Amino acid sequence: MTWVIVAVIVILVLLVGYVILAYNGLVRTRNRIDNAHSQIDVQLKRRYDLIPNLVETVKGYAAHERSTFEAVTNARAQAMQAQEGGSPAQQAQAENMLSGTLKSLFAVAEQYPDLKANQNFLNLQEELTSTEDRIAYARQFYNDTVLSYNTRIQSFPPNLLAGMFHFTEREYFEGDPEAQGPVEVQF
Amino acid sequence: MGMYEQIARNKRRSFLMLTAFVVLIALVATALGVLLSGGVDAFGIAAVAIVIAIAMAWGSYFWSDKVALAASHARPADGPEFRRYHNLVEGLCIAAGLPKPRLYVVEDPAPNAFATGRNPKHAALAVTTGLLEKMNRVELEGVIAHELSHVKNYDILVTTIAITAVGAIALMADLGLRFMWFGGRAGRRDTNDSGPLGLALVLLALALLVLAPFAAQLMQFAMSRRREFLADASGVQLTRYPPGLISALKKLRADQAVVHYASRATAQMWIESPLERDQEVEEGRKKGTWLNRRFDTHPPLEDRIAALEAM
Repeated sequence: MTWVIVAVIVILVLLVGYVILAYNGLVRTRNRIDNAHSQIDVQLKRRYDLIPNLVETVKGYAAHERSTFEAVTNARAQAMQAQEGGSPAQQAQAENMLSGTLKSLFAVAEQYPDLKANQNFLNLQEELTSTEDRIAYARQFYNDTVLSYNTRIQSFPPNLLAGMFHFTEREYFEGDPEAQGPVEVQF
Repeated sequence: MGMYEQIARNKRRSFLMLTAFVVLIALVATALGVLLSGGVDAFGIAAVAIVIAIAMAWGSYFWSDKVALAASHARPADGPEFRRYHNLVEGLCIAAGLPKPRLYVVEDPAPNAFATGRNPKHAALAVTTGLLEKMNRVELEGVIAHELSHVKNYDILVTTIAITAVGAIALMADLGLRFMWFGGRAGRRDTNDSGPLGLALVLLALALLVLAPFAAQLMQFAMSRRREFLADASGVQLTRYPPGLISALKKLRADQAVVHYASRATAQMWIESPLERDQEVEEGRKKGTWLNRRFDTHPPLEDRIAALEAM
């Protein structure tokens, strides 16, 4: 009789222990997703911060290309606005537009040899390229974390817990085909 | 094999290796002591040796990265000329979810790189100036991703511990053999006087001294080769761009330069063997013997490129 009681107690302790560990694991992975998501915003903001400097530098050499500068500045403002309160689709669209205008800005820069030799311009170009990389990598990391979280809450037995405590599946970040992979900047 | 199993296995291995090294170092130190004193107080010597061995293991856990960096003459990568290097590492760290490691450069025209440290929070990355000059952006990214995979998988822990411990053992064995040749003359008469037990101890000590460096190196190399394939694969998983690493490895293959401050002891931590290669074995004209293959720190670049191209 005592054996049965001991066995039941042991099983109960193990079960409660498992539930605690598994629950904490789910919370941890879910928080990791939020962290990964904010990483994307950090990098996007970094890009917004770099753009005015870039425009100023190019202006110093090519002052009359006003329409290009305006396009970049407008696209930046729209992207920042979409970032504040737009839907993911709107955000992606605004980001794409910004990338497009940046491309034409660099195409303009291409025509000014003095500008291309300017150290400040070269630094900004390097910073911008690596920021584009980081945005892509942050999205990739976000998707990787979502993948491992979704796999976890769908597999047995964590799915029982996930159902009980309302851990729901998260969506992947999906850029349009053009925006997938590192955003191409033409120099 | 998943990454998490790989990490768990590397941690387990590091612990086992530290234990094995404590035992080995203790044995070698005891052997040395017995040789020098002619078998007077073997137990006392063994006790001191064990204390020394544990201290060494402790030290190699905490300071092995500094030893590895100093031995390779690496200096911190500060300054605007290393901006791209920093940027690439930061980007890949975001992709891998790793903290940014400390960055170093080695002044050397031979393109190569290595990672060291005891865990991702205490990691360091070093590249040669030759690598920064000869690789373009995507190739450099491929190489750094490979190194960051070593960091993430805890390969750096296993490797750096092995390097320091092997170095310590080799040093002690070397000292012992030197004593045998130069200082041992006078002591030899005394050991003969101490009877058959003393003689047996001396023979055992000799055998240990000769075998220890071999044993240590076999241990070291047996583990490093498959890890290179794994790091290639998980590095590419970060960049999602196999051609980058493939073209970097091809450039490494074409480059015959040898890293100046690299030795047998530190060879295994570089992305590609920094030592002179046996050209005939490399080109497949001569088949490496089993023992030779054992002593290779890296799988042939051909095999690594082929594995990446098959992805």
